[in-house]
Amino acid sequence: MKLLIIEDEQGLRDNVTQFLQKEQYIVEAAIDFQSAMEKIALYDYDCILLDVGLPDGNGLNLLRSLKSRQKRDNVIIISAKDSLDDKLEGLDLGADDYLTKPFHLAELNARIKAVLRRKALDGGNVVKLNNMELDFNGRALHVDGETVHLNRKEFDILAFFVVNKNRLIYKSALAEHVWGDHMDNADNFDFIYSQIKNLRKKLKDHGANLEIQAIYGVGYKLTV
Amino acid sequence: MKLLNHTLLYLSTSLVFILSIWAVVFYFSMMEEVYDSIDDGLENYKMLIIKKASRDSVLLTKSRFDESNYAIRPVDRHFALQATEEFKDTSMYMEYEEDYEVMRMLTTYFSTSKAQYYELKIITSMVEGEDLVADLLHALLWLYVSVIASAFIINNWVLRKIWRPFHQLQHELRSFRLGEDKTFNPPQTKVTEFQDMNHTVAELLKANIAVFQQQKQFIENASHELQTPLAIAINKLELLLEQSQGKEGQAQLLANAIQYLERMTRLNKSLLLLSKIENRQFSKEERVDFNERLRRQADDFEELLHYRNIQLGWMEHAKFQGIFNGDLADILISNLLKNAIVHNYHGGRITVTIRKDEFEIANTGRQEALDSEKMFTRFYRSGDQPSSTGLGLAVVKAIAQLYQAEVGYRHTEGLHRLYFRLPYLI
Repeated sequence: MKLLIIEDEQGLRDNVTQFLQKEQYIVEAAIDFQSAMEKIALYDYDCILLDVGLPDGNGLNLLRSLKSRQKRDNVIIISAKDSLDDKLEGLDLGADDYLTKPFHLAELNARIKAVLRRKALDGGNVVKLNNMELDFNGRALHVDGETVHLNRKEFDILAFFVVNKNRLIYKSALAEHVWGDHMDNADNFDFIYSQIKNLRKKLKDHGANLEIQAIYGVGYKLTV
Repeated sequence: MKLLNHTLLYLSTSLVFILSIWAVVFYFSMMEEVYDSIDDGLENYKMLIIKKASRDSVLLTKSRFDESNYAIRPVDRHFALQATEEFKDTSMYMEYEEDYEVMRMLTTYFSTSKAQYYELKIITSMVEGEDLVADLLHALLWLYVSVIASAFIINNWVLRKIWRPFHQLQHELRSFRLGEDKTFNPPQTKVTEFQDMNHTVAELLKANIAVFQQQKQFIENASHELQTPLAIAINKLELLLEQSQGKEGQAQLLANAIQYLERMTRLNKSLLLLSKIENRQFSKEERVDFNERLRRQADDFEELLHYRNIQLGWMEHAKFQGIFNGDLADILISNLLKNAIVHNYHGGRITVTIRKDEFEIANTGRQEALDSEKMFTRFYRSGDQPSSTGLGLAVVKAIAQLYQAEVGYRHTEGLHRLYFRLPYLI
């Protein structure tokens, strides 16, 4: 999988590159509008992370030019603007997703994987992990072919863990992913723990071959 | 009071004075003219009578008025020379009117060729002062009423026509919102004053729009400039967190640092949200069903409620719907619900009451009532929540102000009650 990150802030570029390389992606970077235009003209990418606020041009124009050339590259917009209008405009222009700064790297990872999953239609949007099958379209979990009933939040939690497997997930990244922005720091997210406890129990009861490890005060980690 | 009524009020009071003064002046000048012409007539009579008496001495014996209007009586010379000619008002019994009526009488003296002195009295009927005043008042009253009535009608018609551009301008201004891509079109008018006003308003709005744009730009820039370094710092710490696996002490320190940076992010976001609300940048409105949104938001808090063992009760007396910005409605509801959960105790309860123009969220919590003045100000914290931004209720207040809605706090029956009311429902 080949990814391109178009971002003028070096710190952010480095973070994302470093994080995504661990996912076995080939990550290339463009630091401005001009070099990004050259790169997208020359190569095809599976997913492009596009910062709209570039110093020498609007990232949305880049998206327009990409779409006008009938390129099939997936695009995730990264913006510092948390504005619905911008989001709608970006999605209207054909972006696949929209992420507002600041974001958690685990969240970015989940979004990229979701986009790539949708692109690779042959898999039917199913992720296999050991004896587990996670069906994103049907929002269902099968362990050894047997369906495990999960509620909406439990599925979201498990999905987030699965795409970020073997990574330490910071608790607020998980809370934001599952409950959305407005949960912010409610009660220090201790309430998540009881959710995870239920999920663990269900996984264990059905003999799922994985472990969700809690790291006190920090977050969780799914180890396979 | 309407402008139309203002002018009428001034006009009617000043007309009372003007007309009264005019009536007095008119009365006296008319009376003067009446006296003048009556007295002239009497003088003329006098000449004729004296001339006739000098030829016909029979006249000199006519000592009573009877059917004619003069009487002559002899007086002694000395008295006649002393006396002066005199006009005066007197009264006399009139057969026709069967009453005493005011008469004008000329008393004069003359001598015949035989050195005989006579007193001559000539009378003529007079205008009756009282009747004249009454007639005058009557006429004045009618004049007054008709002037006011016609002024009212003309004013109504003319003013309505003249002020049309003003009302149009008002209408335009009322529907004008800063931040909406709607241009301001001042109404066409030939009246110089209105042209001036339109021009001034258009200039003012132009300046305001420019300032608004600048502010908006600043907010966006500030947001961008702050969010990016925050994002980088948080991400770097997350990377470090991953590398530090196994060393629990280090991981906790890093998690702590991230927590504070996230708090800063939330503060930044809330402040930007406040500015955006105050700058009326949430202009898109729709029909919002508060019942449905409250239910949905409460669902999102389900796990948190469950975890804290808080009972959530509903009292939906009516459907509460209004024209509102959807995002702001969600922020409003979520902030109030969160508030009720966070400032609650384990095993407490929350009651949501919905009426046709308001909803109230009541929660158990601290014993004592909160300071209802301060709780809506920025950075007010009740002490038990060090990690809250202290902006949640300030945001609620700003949203309420934007919609001229009422938001308030009551502490009754041991419950902290926050209510939101839309007094006018569109």
